[in-house]
Amino acid sequence: MKNHVLRPLFVALAIVAAIVIARTVLVPSDFGVYERGYMYSWHRKSNEAEWKTVRVKYKTAKVCAECHQDKVDDIKHSAHESIGCENCHGPNYDHPKDPIGLTVDRSRSLCIRCHAYLPYKTSDRGGIRGIDPTKHYPSAECVMCHIPHNPKPMNQKREVKS
Amino acid sequence: MMNRREFCKKALIVVGGMALPLTALEVFNPKRLLAEKDDKGKVRWVFLVDTQKCVGCGFCVKACKIENEVPYDANVTRTWVERYVITKDGKTYIDSPKGARDGFVTPQIDQNHQGMKEVKPEEINKAFFVPKLCNQCENPPCVQVCPVGATYQTADGVVLVDRKWCIGCGYCIMGCPYSVRFFHPVYHVAEKCNFCYHRITQGMKTACVDACPFGARRIGNLKDPDDPVTKIIMTERVNVLKEEYGTKPQVFYLGFSLEVK
Repeated sequence: MKNHVLRPLFVALAIVAAIVIARTVLVPSDFGVYERGYMYSWHRKSNEAEWKTVRVKYKTAKVCAECHQDKVDDIKHSAHESIGCENCHGPNYDHPKDPIGLTVDRSRSLCIRCHAYLPYKTSDRGGIRGIDPTKHYPSAECVMCHIPHNPKPMNQKREVKS
Repeated sequence: MMNRREFCKKALIVVGGMALPLTALEVFNPKRLLAEKDDKGKVRWVFLVDTQKCVGCGFCVKACKIENEVPYDANVTRTWVERYVITKDGKTYIDSPKGARDGFVTPQIDQNHQGMKEVKPEEINKAFFVPKLCNQCENPPCVQVCPVGATYQTADGVVLVDRKWCIGCGYCIMGCPYSVRFFHPVYHVAEKCNFCYHRITQGMKTACVDACPFGARRIGNLKDPDDPVTKIIMTERVNVLKEEYGTKPQVFYLGFSLEVK
């Protein structure tokens, strides 16, 4: 058989071989079919472990209570008890190492997330005591009068009452 | 000199060989066979949302964005809260400003180019909030359409994205009927809610569940019959989103209404 007939065949074989070699080099050894089968679980297995190493920022109120039990007691019997510390005090990260202090959000915009009154009787929102943020002391910060850890009216800051 | 008969014979052998798929040359692997059978794992993560309890404060969205490093001011988010206001004359108004990152603080409903719509309290028939997140479907269409195997389902039912493997084609973003996927503005790959996989795999709850002061969001293990979330799903009147798509979503809703899409 003459060379010019076989030459394209060799070229084709070489291309296939190159693709197969490139594939074995480029595709990680743990790439394959796993628990959920070919349709749903064809992936690189080590990526699952990568996702597990994402840094946890919100450590939950349990961690706060380890040092700040006094503050936890403050809020315990108030209507704000169910609000996690980190919702207002910011995510823990590795406090008190990093960051040393947390940035507390005392802004009006934080309070009105729940306390801007909306007339939605078919949702629990309608049952929350609320104000119209455009009319209720619009230029003041809520914390000037209200104590977030114990917000009942009789606990309003003294200088406001007198 | 090659004659016609010989040429046809050889050509057929070459074509036949090329037509053989590479998988036909694969050695039989019992491990793979086992993997493709129904899994016998002990965990299947599911989510339960109570739309009555949700007040639209948006603490969940804020916590999610910070916890999962989704740029805070970019208008993309892994979870969001929708407001539904249904009037007495049957009209439905829906909005979710910034995904409710800053909560719902005004009765004005954002209607895009039609401007802000204010519905008078006496005209409201029903009004409520619906938190949305990835449904971690049992039959995830986003995974089926991925051409490179960059998105996949883990043994415990969570759908993840391999950021190193994703080519950014966007098929999964188009394929998700719930629109929970988007391009990550920093990594330029597909991004989605993964039930805070780094938290749930070490015994914590998701950031949104921990942030919710009202217990509107809960996460549980469907394979544990004593799990309180499983008990509610099995015994109470729960519903799922877009059941007709056959995706078998695993985020269950209490207090569902016909208008929720």
